[in-house]
Amino acid sequence: MMDRVLFGDNQFFGVNHMSEEKARAQAMRFQDLQAVIDVLDAAYQEGIRTFMCTTHERVEEICDYFRANRDKYPDYQFYPCMPYAHKYANAVTEDGMIGALRKFLPEDGAVGAMFRGGVALASKDVEVVAKMLVDAEMKMFHGLSTPVIFIQNVITDLLLGLGMKDAFRMFADHVRNRYNAEPGFITMNLPRLLDVLEEIGIDNPIVCANINKIDFRMCGGRDLYEKTIAARRFRPVAMSVLASGALSPREAIEYVCGQPKIESIVFGASSRGNIRQTKQLIDELTVKAAALV
Amino acid sequence: MLRFGMVGLGKMGLSHFAIVNTHPGVKVAACCEQNAYLTDVLTKYTGLKCYDDTDRMLQNEQLDAVLIATPSRLHAQLVDKALERNLHVFCEKPFVLHVADGERLASKAEAKGLVNQVGYHYRFVGAFQEAARIVRSGALGKVHHIRAEAFGPVVLRPKGSTWRSSKDEGGGALYDYACHVLDLINFVHTPPVSVGGVAINSLFSRDVADEVYCTMNFRDGATGQLSVNWSDESCRKMTTKISVWGTNGRLSADRQECQIYLRAPHPAVPDCKGGWISRYTTDLTQPVWYYLRGEEYSAQIDYFVKAIESRSRDNVNSFRSALQTDKLVEMILAQANGRPAVPVTAAASVRPRGFWARVFG
Repeated sequence: MMDRVLFGDNQFFGVNHMSEEKARAQAMRFQDLQAVIDVLDAAYQEGIRTFMCTTHERVEEICDYFRANRDKYPDYQFYPCMPYAHKYANAVTEDGMIGALRKFLPEDGAVGAMFRGGVALASKDVEVVAKMLVDAEMKMFHGLSTPVIFIQNVITDLLLGLGMKDAFRMFADHVRNRYNAEPGFITMNLPRLLDVLEEIGIDNPIVCANINKIDFRMCGGRDLYEKTIAARRFRPVAMSVLASGALSPREAIEYVCGQPKIESIVFGASSRGNIRQTKQLIDELTVKAAALV
Repeated sequence: MLRFGMVGLGKMGLSHFAIVNTHPGVKVAACCEQNAYLTDVLTKYTGLKCYDDTDRMLQNEQLDAVLIATPSRLHAQLVDKALERNLHVFCEKPFVLHVADGERLASKAEAKGLVNQVGYHYRFVGAFQEAARIVRSGALGKVHHIRAEAFGPVVLRPKGSTWRSSKDEGGGALYDYACHVLDLINFVHTPPVSVGGVAINSLFSRDVADEVYCTMNFRDGATGQLSVNWSDESCRKMTTKISVWGTNGRLSADRQECQIYLRAPHPAVPDCKGGWISRYTTDLTQPVWYYLRGEEYSAQIDYFVKAIESRSRDNVNSFRSALQTDKLVEMILAQANGRPAVPVTAAASVRPRGFWARVFG
């Protein structure tokens, strides 16, 4: 069972869907690790013990902190979301596709050597390469609890569009076998992804998607999303519930809590006050929605 | 169902393929790509029919349209081949590297009545569309200055081994970044009639520009400034902004929002009584059937498909429109050519002299 409330990381890395200025102000504030830790700590004090984060290189410092302070956060867990796509995109521009792949694969180990020797490349063994890429991204989390591991939407939706269905299977198998974790899939195209996951036999998958009242980045539309959530077998994680601030928090949370079967809600915030308000709203409206059912 | 051929499966090509592949009105019949590793993987895992030779693909496949996303230097010949076979063409930006080619191809596509579109996706970003609408409405009064800029973290070290780092292939910040910004200026206002004060420098790249600056003069007397730098690590990703000043106010637009300041109300912005208002992407963005990296990428493909279906002959981002941007690039290069070298002062620069100084002596 996932926690009801997960803490997101967009605010820490200058991601803001409403304003570049705000994104920069946040990037400036959070370039100091302590500022990040203070916010994560505030969230923890409010009862949020799961950090759902990209594999941005700076997350490594955050991991170091939690490794060094296990006593203070005994039940803390990470939901890694991989990869941080911009580092790949920029590397592809600089080095080409194969060059970028080489750049991000581990230098040590037999498999890495094999890849550099061209064996995996020559045999077109995508599974070997995919496993290595996952392992490279997971390195920073060693020794920490990572019960769910997600693929970022830019990769999920690229693979989905290309029709590389087997890649989802490879990811799911590897995450289960190697990390004893549940695979998660972030997408902007929820109904279509569920079709494919069902087709390849990934049962009851954890899928994280935008779920908000204003239809923001919900491909197929809100009606279809509502029907999908109500009728299909999967474990929904709602993101972008506040629609980047386009809705009042109460209205936004009321909508999401009103959808049946949503297991978790992920949100990011930068102040203790906002974290508390959102967490309390989710708690309050979850109870209310349950009472109605 | 329209049958598409995809030519080039690099970074943009793959992204286009994923989007086109999900479009309900399109079937991707085949692709053409030289990277055998990639095509073998795609064939193995998706069943996609792949060619390594465009002529063979065009000869063997019954196509309605092609999407060309190859290195820029190949655009002209590939577009020509596709038009020769009466195919509708979507071509990645920049359209062509030589204006004469572009003139010929635009005329050819028009004469044949084929839909022709170039991938300037900013014209499908809600905030930029709003900026264009407001500027054209006259709400800002007489426009007198435009500032357009793009910064991003593409080349941060002295290396680079792809076509994007080769000047002869349409690489560098001039083609990769500046083209987008120039096209945005053409979209929001009008194309400049002349450019001056051109500074084109390489900071880390051996062979291409990493930063481009110039002033611009417009037909209506307005002036403008262009600032582009793809070696700016402070930006998380490409960040583009256009600001327009007029006698009744100003606006600034980026991918996320359009901020407007009006001195006096105007019917085109009914909710602004004077002073600032902001419009956000959440309000300005139209939903798409499939999302990958941004609504605009899907929206431009859908627009292209609908233009073919409706036999539209007056589409956004036509070859003729994109050619205006290529002409501006040529103007900037001509200006740079005639100027003395400007030393690059950045401490980390590996080359002490301006890029064009090295090219032209």
